Amino acid sequence: MKAETGWAEWTTALLDPDQPTPAGLRAWNGSDPAHRFAVYRNNVTVSLIEALASAFPVTQQLAGEALFRGMAREFVRAAPPRSPLLAEYGADFPAFLADFPPAEAQPWLADTARLELACTRAYHATDAEPVAPEKIQALLEDTDALPASRFSLHPSLHTLQSPWAVASLWATYQNAGDLDGVDVARAENTWILRSGLQVAVLRMRAGDCHFADALQRRATFAEAAERALQSDPEFDLSACLAVLLREQMITAVEQ
Amino acid sequence: MTADDSRGAPPGAAGTRLPSRAGVGLKPQHFTGIVESAPDIGFFEIHAENYFVAGGPFHHYLGRIREDYPLSVHGVGLSLGGKEPPDPAHLKALRTLLDRYQPHSFSEHLAWSGHGGTFVNDLLPLVYTGAALTRVCEHIEQVQDFLGRRMLLENPATYVEFEQSDYCETDFIGELVRRSGCGLLLDVNNVYVSCINHHRDARSYMAALPLDSVGEIHLAGFSRDRDAAGAPLLIDNHGSRVDRAVWQLYAELLERTGRLPTLIEWDNDVPGLDTLLAEAQRAEALLQSLPEPSNES
Repeated sequence: MKAETGWAEWTTALLDPDQPTPAGLRAWNGSDPAHRFAVYRNNVTVSLIEALASAFPVTQQLAGEALFRGMAREFVRAAPPRSPLLAEYGADFPAFLADFPPAEAQPWLADTARLELACTRAYHATDAEPVAPEKIQALLEDTDALPASRFSLHPSLHTLQSPWAVASLWATYQNAGDLDGVDVARAENTWILRSGLQVAVLRMRAGDCHFADALQRRATFAEAAERALQSDPEFDLSACLAVLLREQMITAVEQ
Repeated sequence: MTADDSRGAPPGAAGTRLPSRAGVGLKPQHFTGIVESAPDIGFFEIHAENYFVAGGPFHHYLGRIREDYPLSVHGVGLSLGGKEPPDPAHLKALRTLLDRYQPHSFSEHLAWSGHGGTFVNDLLPLVYTGAALTRVCEHIEQVQDFLGRRMLLENPATYVEFEQSDYCETDFIGELVRRSGCGLLLDVNNVYVSCINHHRDARSYMAALPLDSVGEIHLAGFSRDRDAAGAPLLIDNHGSRVDRAVWQLYAELLERTGRLPTLIEWDNDVPGLDTLLAEAQRAEALLQSLPEPSNES
């Protein structure tokens, strides 16, 4: 019985440089096949590090290239992709950063990566048409129907509440500004969404995040507003609704 | 449709095939430039898995561009050379994509890219044995049956060979084409890279392939390395212009086959749209220098 391709042996060895080169390889000139196998090792590791670098550019700039690539290499080896859909790769990268000792000096890296992950998800999220503004306006004025109504929000809308100024870091990076100049030790609450074809990162209040989260969990309008006010006594419902309308984030209303 | 029914049929759905012109890979950084400038190019090619996303700009722009150009869908993650049959969820996503955009061609690789649920994002080589031939052939037939269309199979670029292989690569590919009825995506850069890496003659290699079954050509750039004995080792990195030696092989191939749809692949360090189109123009000029085919069958 001829030996088959060593799929398992290869897969392990590609991701772990301490594993030996798979058996049964040859080169026409009798040269050590380990050197040739290293091309595959390098392709695998580098292409996945590049995938993370392109998905998390702000995190990379904050960490510095050397630290970022080191972290990414560890992550790739510990948690290689489970699917060929690389747009989904890196969902666990923020949690990995949060527990990675060399990144302890910059505790805001994990939330920066969370924000970038939300940007990628917003960019590729399902398309959905907004409800006509007149229809929403009419409902907002209907004090009998409004409290029990349920709003569907655009699938791209994500919220992030962080003890760090991650939205400011993101915005500074987009404008090619100096990240060192950002006062990072300041809590920021963020909406990440796709408006038209553009991803937007908006600084909001904590109550806005709670409001949107509650609506996305199918709470009624009244329940969501109450939850937002409990968490944030200065929550401004009209201001929050104005942003939802402006960004065309309300995609269905059920009365 | 069974594989037998599709044998001899043109690549793609009935009555459609890529034009025998030059095309380029569709890159997100070029979306708006393409829509605004409407370049004169034969077709665009996408990597299927990049478009398995739900919505947003990728589908918006692909939909617009598809209205004006022929499309080739090129899979990079089906792992036809893997131990397991193609993943049903992956096939389903693929069929959804093909139904939506009605491409003129669908192609995949003679390679594997993961095992046991891990995806390593590379195109890995396989042992060429009778058992492997049977298995890959089954995988190709499963794909063709599920998608209801003939696919093109791309010859690989490799850096190692296996002691256990019983078939040479061209015989293995020829037999796959014959048994499954799939077509061939002939990557001339892969031919050159593999032939340098394994000390084979590129012209004999190409001549040994089933050239009548070629439905598309790929051209790309490589980088240079050396093996442990100092012999040249070329790396298929799709990160530069097409090498002069590859242009030469391509021109010789066309003399024999006539005009064929030809893609410029440039996936890393992707240049501006103008540079990419200029490279495609070089292939287009070669294609146009050939006599017009008497019968576009």
